[in-house]
Amino acid sequence: MMLQIQDLHVSIGGNEILRGVNLDVDAGEVHAIMGPNGSGKSTLANVLAGRDGYEPTGAVTFQGEDLLVMSPEQRASAGVFLALQHPTEIPGVGNLYFLRTALNSLRRSRGLDELGVSEFLALAEERMKLVEMDRSFMSRSVNEGFSGGEKKRNETLQMAILEPTLAILDETDSGLDIDALRVVAGGINAQRRADRAMIVITHHQRLLDYIVPDRIHVMVGGRIVRSGDKSLALELEAHGYGDGAAEPVLAAKP
Amino acid sequence: MSVSADIKEFAGQEYRYGFSTEIDTDTVPKGLSEDVVRLISAKKGEPDWLTEWRLQAYRHWVTLEEPQWQNVQYGPIDYQDIVYYAAPKAKPKLASLDEVDPELRAMFDKLGISLAEQERLSGVAVDAIVDSVSVATTFKKRLAEVGVIFCSFSEAVKDHPDLVRRYLGTVVPYRDNFFATLNSAVFTDGSFCFIPKGVHCPMELSTYFRINTAGTGQFERTLIVAEEGADVSYLEGCTAPMRDENQLHAAVVELVALEGARIKYSTVQNWYPGDAEGRGGIYNFVTKRGKCAGANSKISWTQVETGSSVTWKYPGVILQGDNSVGEFYSVALTANRQQADTGTKMIHIGKNTSSTIVSKAISVGHGQNTYRGLVKTLRSAEGARNHTQCDSLLIGASSGAHTFPYIEVKHPSAKVEHEASTSKVSEDQLFYCRQRGISEEDAVAMIVNGFCREVFKELPMEFAVEAQRLLNVSLEGSVG
Repeated sequence: MMLQIQDLHVSIGGNEILRGVNLDVDAGEVHAIMGPNGSGKSTLANVLAGRDGYEPTGAVTFQGEDLLVMSPEQRASAGVFLALQHPTEIPGVGNLYFLRTALNSLRRSRGLDELGVSEFLALAEERMKLVEMDRSFMSRSVNEGFSGGEKKRNETLQMAILEPTLAILDETDSGLDIDALRVVAGGINAQRRADRAMIVITHHQRLLDYIVPDRIHVMVGGRIVRSGDKSLALELEAHGYGDGAAEPVLAAKP
Repeated sequence: MSVSADIKEFAGQEYRYGFSTEIDTDTVPKGLSEDVVRLISAKKGEPDWLTEWRLQAYRHWVTLEEPQWQNVQYGPIDYQDIVYYAAPKAKPKLASLDEVDPELRAMFDKLGISLAEQERLSGVAVDAIVDSVSVATTFKKRLAEVGVIFCSFSEAVKDHPDLVRRYLGTVVPYRDNFFATLNSAVFTDGSFCFIPKGVHCPMELSTYFRINTAGTGQFERTLIVAEEGADVSYLEGCTAPMRDENQLHAAVVELVALEGARIKYSTVQNWYPGDAEGRGGIYNFVTKRGKCAGANSKISWTQVETGSSVTWKYPGVILQGDNSVGEFYSVALTANRQQADTGTKMIHIGKNTSSTIVSKAISVGHGQNTYRGLVKTLRSAEGARNHTQCDSLLIGASSGAHTFPYIEVKHPSAKVEHEASTSKVSEDQLFYCRQRGISEEDAVAMIVNGFCREVFKELPMEFAVEAQRLLNVSLEGSVG
């Protein structure tokens, strides 16, 4: 098993957001996590990536290692990638420079040689085609002045260049019009591989028309309340999060 | 007893040591008096007019009080405890690099300075350093072919006295301010640069690494004159870290641009900043000013200030000629207990003069950074324009950023704009970088370098690289 989450509880400032999450993800699989706003989906993504400010308990094992004790950069080095819901702007830092620094940091941490400028450029040019980005993006500052769609494409490009083992996509479809969605989803689909897993977080079924998951999980009130195959998406579309939503919310009351 | 009372009392005294033959030929005793000023001038074999000019400055200086309005704090300076003239031989010599402070060597390694350079810097070949008025000698011949004069100030006084006399003190008069006046009385050397009419200086001129003898003050004087249509880019690197007590560095730089001339002056300043507790370090109290004397001239200052325990300087431009242009690009970083009160003065006198100010201040740890800028448009300055952008970046909860813009507009057609921002290196930015595999320290350096990019792109290429390295070194240990 690539990723094993067992009884994960997470609090922020004493407020419990995740209330016992269990999830197994194997190599080659794409898992979708759906659920209403505030159900804890993004918290799960951030905790897996090691963001500060959370107090997790429980066990998260990634390729046999305890993920929770690792720093964010160690997790990145181990192959965990998080596409952010709201990618951060870094004024004055060129997009291409940022990407090359990131890739070479990862390569260094894995004992590989750094890529030179021309090698990197060739790689970037090739991967940019995946998300239909042109060169003008590369000289701009990281995410600065990017439209919502451009930011999400940029996240997808970063994933294509950094080649993670586990990619967590946090609402990568939010704020995208239908054309942008098609481009981004196409970029993600092209990166599905037998040795790579993905966790796709969304609250729109429409994304799953483009990225067809192996498993779908419904998260409500900080727990996964239902799991199923891709047909679950259709059911949710027809009936909403329905009964499953009521119970954990009640159960969550003190 | 107050500092100024101290000075006045001492200043009123006769020079106690006199012209005794007991005096080492390479030094003068501590302290300042009219006799010391005469002695310095005599040692340098200066003409009478210059001796007299120094004495005028000295006599004015004793009437002045040290300014107190800056937003920096430092202990009192005992002006009688400073050696005002020291020749190189006073510096203790080291037999080899092995004797150099390992910490110092580690610093050089981080800076990427070559071993040969390290030897020069570490005092192994110190004679070359203290007098190092630059690479001038290397390229003197090539420069002379096009008529460019680039030499030490002392040489200029000997070889080109008329030029020195015509321009010395025309931009920064000896009465200008406490430290400039002190410098006028006791300056020992510096650089002189003259670009004749219509000449584009064929190479960038630079003055590197000056290290002074412990216990001395450093008072250099630089004068750059660009005649009609001339063009020059001048680099000044003060990248010599130094273990020492607080040392006073009170330099004066004067730039004169005649009609259509362009002067670009870049500084990367990394004097020893003191240790983490704020012990030691340089007091960098410098007066730098340019005069766009002729129409269509341009003077551009770019500075990267990462060193010194206290920095206090306002490189300015007097925009006298019509359509003249003044620019000021600044990065000032204060870490640990460093303090900086820096900015610029743009004085618009001519018609349609314009100025641009871009200031980037970074405060780390307990660092305190103040931007202080004056934009003044006189009644004559019809159509004057200024744009000021003043950004501060804070790292850590104890750092501080302060902004004091002064704007005086006397002509109704003038347009003056001021933009300011203060931001922090955000958790979001750090997390984003780290999630992509970049260490926290590298992430901070990257974010800070991005913040400074507008200024760095004004620097000549190799200086920009050095500036980035310096920033990264200064930021080390600032996170976590």
